[in-house]
Amino acid sequence: MLDNWLFIGIFVLVAGVFPAMPIIMFHLFGPKRSTPQKLETYECGMETVGQTWVQFKVQYYIYALVFLVFDVELIFLYPWAVAFDTLPLLGVVAGVLFIFLLADGLWYAWQKGALEWS
Amino acid sequence: MMDPLVALGDWLLSLAAKINLPPAVSQVILYLLGVSVIATVALVITIFNTWLERKIAARLQDRIGPNRVGPWGLLQPIADAIKMLTKEDTTPAAADKVAYNIAPILAVVSVLLIWAVIPFTSVWYGTKLNVAVLYIAAVGSFGVLAVLMAGWSSNNKYALLGAFRAVSQLISYEVPLFLSLLVPVLLARSMDISVIVEKQGSFLEMFVVAAPLAALLFFISSVAEVGRTPFDLLEAESEIVAGYHIEYSGFKFGMFQAGEFMHTFTIGALTALLFLGGWQGPLVDQYPILGLVYFMGKSFAVYFVTMWMRSTLPRIRIDHMQALNWKILVPVALVLLMLTPLVDYFTKDLGVLFSAFPGSPGELTLTWRTAALLLTNLVVGIGALDIIRRTSKRNTKARQRFPERAVARPPKEEAA
Repeated sequence: MLDNWLFIGIFVLVAGVFPAMPIIMFHLFGPKRSTPQKLETYECGMETVGQTWVQFKVQYYIYALVFLVFDVELIFLYPWAVAFDTLPLLGVVAGVLFIFLLADGLWYAWQKGALEWS
Repeated sequence: MMDPLVALGDWLLSLAAKINLPPAVSQVILYLLGVSVIATVALVITIFNTWLERKIAARLQDRIGPNRVGPWGLLQPIADAIKMLTKEDTTPAAADKVAYNIAPILAVVSVLLIWAVIPFTSVWYGTKLNVAVLYIAAVGSFGVLAVLMAGWSSNNKYALLGAFRAVSQLISYEVPLFLSLLVPVLLARSMDISVIVEKQGSFLEMFVVAAPLAALLFFISSVAEVGRTPFDLLEAESEIVAGYHIEYSGFKFGMFQAGEFMHTFTIGALTALLFLGGWQGPLVDQYPILGLVYFMGKSFAVYFVTMWMRSTLPRIRIDHMQALNWKILVPVALVLLMLTPLVDYFTKDLGVLFSAFPGSPGELTLTWRTAALLLTNLVVGIGALDIIRRTSKRNTKARQRFPERAVARPPKEEAA
């Protein structure tokens, strides 16, 4: 079992090196004739006006909240999915009820208008 | 028959034993070799796919596509790479240098890591992880981080807006993706991808037969997860120029593209493994090497569908994109996930419904369980389509009943 994770660990290192190599090569061998104008922020040719950290739509934040509810609870379903057929019927029904509560949460968010893009 | 790669590994191990390397060191070296082979294969397939995609997209649009560099334009990706190498490496003066430079690497790493658990044949695989599906879900989410880092660190309004769009889309579509990933886990009772593939022995045992709706949900939400047309709002060039990677040049930009291409092929491979039986196929027991052909054939078939979608469908609007996810895909996936374990639990011991060509290698057996699950999927899918049709009809009627125009009406008191 630990062997598997050793393999994954080595994979993480190699997977980092593989894309880093061309970027380093590109950095070393690419032409460098930079001017201050070239390094300015490219938005539409005009000079940039104001701060970059603009206010953004609050809707993004609400979607993130709804996502958080689902994502955390979904992880609990994976162990149940592996073992559900060895459980008594009550265990299966309990898992289904858990999913039903998730669906109920989605219904609540929907009725609250959290899913409307306005 | 001994498998050539396994034999090669054993030979290398015996060679290491001869020069008195400690077994732990030789094991690490062997793993390093294996990892490099898998990563190289993934990158070579990606490079090939950039050519294939341009060629097929060109054919679908009645063009010829790349045809100058090499035979049939096959060397085009290499020419592109050399071109990218001659571009100037610019980092905007106002950018956050560290995050700006790590983001393109992370974009590739997040996809490449999935390949650690993908079995190519019954004996060729990176590693057999008993929580492989969970691992894929966890590693796949890293892509969001790369996008957000790129958009935030560029110090550019368009990049930031593109990153917000991308993150809201990616995290939203992760929910139906995880939900539909659960269905093959439920059916195979294992999170190990090799076990999931082994459970799909014959044609009718493929999970796409037992759970076609789950396969469709998985496919749609993974396409959205990659951000390809019709879900390419994160790089809508007519609105936000190019989205989160607007400030990147040369190879750094190339890495985002490579990550996207690799991710697209990876979802083809995952769909093939989880729903289409991966390396399973006729005669694969005698000749395990055939598994590679089946696996690649199935993966490229799914990949072709994504290319086809890309050339056919227009981009959808952002509110439609969110509505499709939260109001259609997630509820359907939740209902499916509630019914699948119950149906499976009651029909798992019922036995065979019918069997065609018994005794021959092409034996097809349909169990009651598969039939019941297929029926459940069809009922949920058709029911969902019916509800969608009814609601949209009701909305159009409501709009027609109260047309919005100025009409002079007498006050009620005077009329009475």
